[in-house]
Amino acid sequence: MMILSGDPPRSRVLSALLIVIVALLALAPFLFPGAKPLNVATKICVFAALVASYDLLLGYTGTVSFAHTMFYGIGSYGIAIALYTLGPTWTAVGAGLACGLPLAVLLALAIGLFSLRVQAIFFAMITLAVASAFLVLASQLSGLTGGEDGRSFQLPELLRPGTVFAKGVFGITVSGRTLTYYIVFVGAAAMILALLRVVNSPFGRVLQAIRENRFRAEALGYRTVFHLTLANCIAALVAAFAGALNALWLRYAGPDTSLAFSIMLDILLMVVIGGMGTIYGAIIGAVIFILAQNYLQALMGLASSAAADAGLPLLPGLLHPDRWLLWLGLLFIASVYFFPTGVVGRLRGAARQ
Amino acid sequence: MDGRVKPGHDDGEAERVEIILRQRPMTLSLETRDLTIRFGGHVAVNGVSCSFRPGELTAIVGPNGAGKTTYFNLISGQLTASTGEVWLAGRNITAMSAPLRTRAGLGRAFQLTNLFPNLSVEENVRLAVQAAAGVHYDMLRPWMRRTDLIARADAILDGVALGARRRVAATALSHGDQRKLEVALMMALEPKVFMFDEPTAGMSVDEVPVVLDLIARLKQDPTKIILLVEHKMDVVRSLADRIIVLHNGQLVADGKPAEVIASPVVQEAYLGVARGKTAA
Repeated sequence: MMILSGDPPRSRVLSALLIVIVALLALAPFLFPGAKPLNVATKICVFAALVASYDLLLGYTGTVSFAHTMFYGIGSYGIAIALYTLGPTWTAVGAGLACGLPLAVLLALAIGLFSLRVQAIFFAMITLAVASAFLVLASQLSGLTGGEDGRSFQLPELLRPGTVFAKGVFGITVSGRTLTYYIVFVGAAAMILALLRVVNSPFGRVLQAIRENRFRAEALGYRTVFHLTLANCIAALVAAFAGALNALWLRYAGPDTSLAFSIMLDILLMVVIGGMGTIYGAIIGAVIFILAQNYLQALMGLASSAAADAGLPLLPGLLHPDRWLLWLGLLFIASVYFFPTGVVGRLRGAARQ
Repeated sequence: MDGRVKPGHDDGEAERVEIILRQRPMTLSLETRDLTIRFGGHVAVNGVSCSFRPGELTAIVGPNGAGKTTYFNLISGQLTASTGEVWLAGRNITAMSAPLRTRAGLGRAFQLTNLFPNLSVEENVRLAVQAAAGVHYDMLRPWMRRTDLIARADAILDGVALGARRRVAATALSHGDQRKLEVALMMALEPKVFMFDEPTAGMSVDEVPVVLDLIARLKQDPTKIILLVEHKMDVVRSLADRIIVLHNGQLVADGKPAEVIASPVVQEAYLGVARGKTAA
């Protein structure tokens, strides 16, 4: 209970779901040893933490920010640039974190103090502008960032796929890759638990108060601009750390994997699908979204050929794998329509009745 | 927080604190000097100079649009004066933001109910208790560990007869209960100055006494300043030690309730209009 900061899932179905998800992710290298499934599992871990940090802003304070991928990118690039220039050592990993994380926090602090005084829309616009500028900067400063190509780098010895610790453990080879996965998994779990602690602390309650009625929160004596700025900094710190973990896994950082606005959209969708203002929603949202993103196409291919074999009209065409984005879109519209409070909100609502 | 005597101290010290406390009413004062605010060409509050003393309940009356709520907003910091000053306990607080004025001891209950609608009743009060305790940025301990704050919030809820409704969302409360919660938030802040803005407006007849009893109980503390904007003259008569009248943003009368109500300027400026109002 304490590890969840007194905020249990509050729904039996949700608890069961979360336990299954965490168990599967914890055993992923043994259960799904292939390259793709492990990539998907890693992405789920990274995005669960990233989305949870965005939920701190959107769900708890009601602030819309478009700069979240920027902080994510700063973390990624921090690791990438450090390992690329300093070589594949743990010192370089440390240096990457020591540069990336404080930079993200300082930027968040500056943006927050500058723009959180006024209306939320102004903050949204400022974050959009800064994030765009940062994207351009990352593409243009090719000497430092590798430009559009990004930066590929080598990992320290211990994390390399070639490093084998043990063979034939439950039928798989425990390698540097396995270790990297567990670093990502543990890191993501720690971040999510930390965020759960933050939102259930007295500070977190003030954030909710600001979302509900900022004017009244001020009248109670809370200087809300500092609370909002602090929340922005925490979210940036977590996003940057998630970015660093992702870069470690990919051994690469580039505009498309860490800074693109499409990632920002993905984050928004995951928050909304999972359920805003719950933190747990981030895990559910990330699982649903990333599984759909990676397996819907293959699933449709199967369904389409099955329908063709059965000689059904129209269906094979509709389910053709090339149309998977259409179905992904429909899936999201449906989920937002039927679960306006997200999956977690829906499950908790059902538990209360 | 405000130097109350805690049990268990040695008697000598307790006595000394007691003496200091008894002298403190003299130092606490709230004063507005020539307070004015203009919205474009409209002067909503016009050169109001007035000082308020501890142990005194001052009712602020006047017809609708007289500037009563604006005057309150200028004092508690939701609005900043165009000219003029606000002084609290010998300090010029005119330039302070609303949160800082609250921390300095100004408590405000709003006329239009102003709560955290989707949070539960107890969470609403806990937020105020937390603010009063000065817990602003603690993010390492879960809320449920702060049993001290939770107990205080529960006591305040019981004090306004909302204990049974504590788990309900504020927005789901009846209007009267929302008004009580509004008052509870201010009580939880433990302010030096209580500012009630029509605390009983829209309440049903049987709910009014709960709030009036609460104000009457507060009045017994000689260290507190209480300001009350109220339309109902029977409420004003029964509670007020002093009445000031605002009309078109100006202070037109100030004195003992009986004198003020009897004065011709008030009969003309306010009561003629207000009689129709209170009937409604």
